[in-house]
Amino acid sequence: MDLRFHGPEPTADERAAVDSVLGPPISAWAGGPRDLVAEGHSSAVGGHEARSRRDLLLPALHAVQDRFGWIPPGALDYICRRLTVPPAEAHGVVTFYHLFSLSPRPEAVAHICDDIACRIKGAESLCAELNHRLGPESDGSWRRSPCLGLCERAPAALVLNGGESPEAVTLAPAVADDIVAARQSASVGWVKPTEASPEDPVGFTHPTSSVPQSGSPTLRLLGRIGRVDPESLDAYLASGGYAALNRAIEIGPAGVIGEVMASKLMGRGGAAFPTGRKWDAVARATDRTRYVICNADESEPGTFKDRVLMEGDPFAVLEGMTIAAFATVSERGYLYIRGEYPLAARRMAAAIDAARAAGWLGENIRNAGFSFDVELRRGAGAYICGEETALFNSIEGKRGEPRNKPPFPVQFGLFGRPTVINNVETLVNVPPILVQGGAAYAGIGTLGSTGPKLFCVSGHVARPGVYEVDFGITLGDLIAMAGGVPGGKNIRAILLGGAAGVFVGPEKLDMPLTFEGTRAAAATVGSGVVMVFDESVDLGDILVRVAAFFRDESCGQCVPCRVGTVRQEELLQRLRSGRPIGDRAEEMSLLREIGQVMRDASICGLGQTASNAIESALVMLDPFPEPEADR
Amino acid sequence: MIDDSLWFRPPPRPGSPPSAPPKAEPAVVEVVIDGQKVEVSSSWTILEACRSRGIDTPTLCYLESLTPVNVCRVCVVELAGSRTLVPACSRRVEPGMEIRTDSPRVRLSRRMVLEFLASSVDLSTAPQAQEYLAQYEARPERYGSPATPTPAGERDAREPGHHHLPEGTAAETVAQPVKVDNDLYVRDYSKCILCYKCVEACGTDAQNTFAIAVAGRGFDARISTEGDIPLPDSACVYCGNCIGVCPTGALMFRSEYEMRQAGTWDESRQTSTDTICPYCGVGCTLSLHVQDNRIVKVTSPMDVEVTHGHLCIKGRFGFDFVHGGEPDAEPTRDG
Ligand SMILES: Cc1cc2nc3c(=O)[nH]c(=O)nc-3n(C[C@H](O)[C@H](O)[C@H](O)COP(=O)(O)O)c2cc1C
Ligand code: SF4
Ligand code: SF4
Ligand code: SF4
Ligand code: FES
Ligand code: FES
Repeated sequence: MDLRFHGPEPTADERAAVDSVLGPPISAWAGGPRDLVAEGHSSAVGGHEARSRRDLLLPALHAVQDRFGWIPPGALDYICRRLTVPPAEAHGVVTFYHLFSLSPRPEAVAHICDDIACRIKGAESLCAELNHRLGPESDGSWRRSPCLGLCERAPAALVLNGGESPEAVTLAPAVADDIVAARQSASVGWVKPTEASPEDPVGFTHPTSSVPQSGSPTLRLLGRIGRVDPESLDAYLASGGYAALNRAIEIGPAGVIGEVMASKLMGRGGAAFPTGRKWDAVARATDRTRYVICNADESEPGTFKDRVLMEGDPFAVLEGMTIAAFATVSERGYLYIRGEYPLAARRMAAAIDAARAAGWLGENIRNAGFSFDVELRRGAGAYICGEETALFNSIEGKRGEPRNKPPFPVQFGLFGRPTVINNVETLVNVPPILVQGGAAYAGIGTLGSTGPKLFCVSGHVARPGVYEVDFGITLGDLIAMAGGVPGGKNIRAILLGGAAGVFVGPEKLDMPLTFEGTRAAAATVGSGVVMVFDESVDLGDILVRVAAFFRDESCGQCVPCRVGTVRQEELLQRLRSGRPIGDRAEEMSLLREIGQVMRDASICGLGQTASNAIESALVMLDPFPEPEADR
Repeated sequence: MIDDSLWFRPPPRPGSPPSAPPKAEPAVVEVVIDGQKVEVSSSWTILEACRSRGIDTPTLCYLESLTPVNVCRVCVVELAGSRTLVPACSRRVEPGMEIRTDSPRVRLSRRMVLEFLASSVDLSTAPQAQEYLAQYEARPERYGSPATPTPAGERDAREPGHHHLPEGTAAETVAQPVKVDNDLYVRDYSKCILCYKCVEACGTDAQNTFAIAVAGRGFDARISTEGDIPLPDSACVYCGNCIGVCPTGALMFRSEYEMRQAGTWDESRQTSTDTICPYCGVGCTLSLHVQDNRIVKVTSPMDVEVTHGHLCIKGRFGFDFVHGGEPDAEPTRDG
């Protein structure tokens, strides 16, 4: 490998920011001063060590981005030298993530969600106001963002303040005054909990805006949220925490897998794969180095349940991971959390530290002869990194491009090793399964869809938020639980499963929200999104935003998705402006063909689902009514 | 005649390097391709199985000498039991696979992939792609007339995330000015289908220089040096292996590019002569492409074990001295 550096030397501050993650350099090869005794004049010491730490590329880039608000060339070169990463590859990685910038940005940047749930709650007028007060978007003080996972309190904003003590402030509902203030003031604190008070500085007892059912005694997954301090391990233990891990240790790894199989738990990350089978495959792998990953990248527009779980009950997520590791005899775990979740990241990091300090993570846990530790990794703004194989590449310090499958993660996952990867909600279901037994758990819900399920209800409902219900509730009943549509308006459309899901009309309110019930109606549970649009909504505008989302978030690797998402967006824009190429019928058949090649020939689920919502809306909802007369 | 000289004569050198001991015979598996039962080696890909039966399968990002990246998706086939189509170039055969290579689904996907490429990329110097377009009756004009090309550097500066909403009446393309920043080869990314081959050839599959990589995301993804710096500032060593693998002519000898600009490039007047590189002892095979008694470009055959088509700067570009003796030959390049 020929590394060639051409940029400016790193400044002392730049070195310090990088060294804060990587430690001081051990040799001249890795960017330190040459130790003539140990290294001589010409030998290269430390290359192997440097190369084996490539997975620290993303954390090092974060440190620099947080410190300076962008990634100066000297700092990037220094990272490359320290990790033996070719600069061209590092450039490719940095330009993959939208939270990183290679050109100077203001130290404080407000990321404004203009995605679908926020659009119908005034995101565009918020952007217009910021345009007026902070200057145009191109100046860099504010930027549009895809869904920030705060849809229940739309419109949402995330203010990132760089500097020596970087801060991240989430604001929802966001108003221009607060955004401007958060950009200017360093006093807001790392995170501004929306409802903190002097008695409750972390604001955890006021989750009603995210979990309207909070406090209800029947909750199995959301039970601790708002009642138990998420920053206290003792409180977790006092509320039944880690009873499931103790039970797991009693029954042994095979026993755990048996219970999870019996529970018929299906993954909650969107693909609905049986969790027990996944764990079993890893437990049977011949390779003894295995990994457990918690997929907390949650970037599907309209999805915020994982954020609520991590903010409100972080130890439960850890306990689920630890049980997965125990069952599959894995010693290392990663929690990959999207870069836009500062509070959840802070709570998870604190929980990991607390659990490690108390012996719930680390060597020889509970003297049961097994070891497991978890590292938290932040994403940097890329929806595609929620796709499991893209997530592996992202952790490994590569571009977050999905891999072709097979081989599957259970055989060839992170660092090429057998890997369990599960969604946050999936893992939070594991402790209740062990406590009550797999068979009892399987009695909840329906035959094909067992257990409790979280739904992210947003849009035009009176009480948006995360709702926990037993599988089997109908769409209409769930919307009624959320208070129905305010103002006596009629429902125009409901988006199920997020941007990768489908639109249904109000005639589908009787549909049971189960895997089998939605499948029968050609819909999907997906990540549990139920976004309601009343009759005032311009559906055409929503559809174009969905198309733009996929065009923005495609990794660009494969032709069907890279170009198909562009052609799909162009076509929708033509339909919207009433300027079809040929006639509408031709455009509709072209749209179907674009959808089919994306579904059939794309590498990953992003391309394969990028046309679902749009096609479903066009077939059923007439989002682009034909103009009365030709223009 | 008996050789009774005093001098020991070594036995004649073998014509080719001694071959490795034979590998264990790979297992044979039975698969069904287009209704025909066939027995193929279990180490083969679907593509190899198809080609061994003479079934024509288009490929763009695949090359024997490189690790398959399976990104272009033009080689997809239908596999019974699979929800999606699968890439023939990288998927290994498994016992009992039922494969269809010419179903309507397969044809539609291949045609659409070709239309997507032809409507966004200049394929004028990619004869293979042109053939596929005709064969699959692709109609790239369905997406509207091409949008205005972007100015130099614009695509390279694009950040991931939000883009400007298009009007939709013109089809977005990757058209941009050609990059001419050195004496040896040009990079015309208006012709780039992002097949990743150049990146692989520059990286672990051949050159191990890593001067170029894929940057950006989605439709804005592109091949780039770090920070889009000119090639002479980058790690590039001008081995030209990226040119050798590029399927579209996006990477092109400066000599070929200039002759094409001047309208003097004429493949019908060219001959190709294989010889051995005169520079070092490795002995790479060179194919000299000659027009009007001048070498206009150098390639290396894929099937030669020494190089697998890859060369270094000397064999690839160091041919000017051949022309040196001609009275009218003014040195035109200093490289
Ligand atoms: C484009 C794309 C994005 C995804 N994003 C997420 C995500 O943010 N969180 C998640 O848990 N799964 C996501 N998935 C699904 C994962 O690939 C994977 O199936 C899941 O993490 C497995 O966990 P589970 O079995 O517990 O559901 C995504 C898939 C695709 C195709
Ligand atoms: S489908 Fe889209 S996101 Fe997935 S690999 Fe292909 S280009 Fe990337
Ligand atoms: S000429 Fe060789 S070193 Fe330069 S970019 Fe191409 S493959 Fe890499
Ligand atoms: S420049 Fe050529 S080889 Fe490189 S990705 Fe583009 S088309 Fe492929
Ligand atoms: S936070 Fe804006 S759409 Fe989800
Ligand atoms: S040739 Fe198989 S995907 Fe490109």
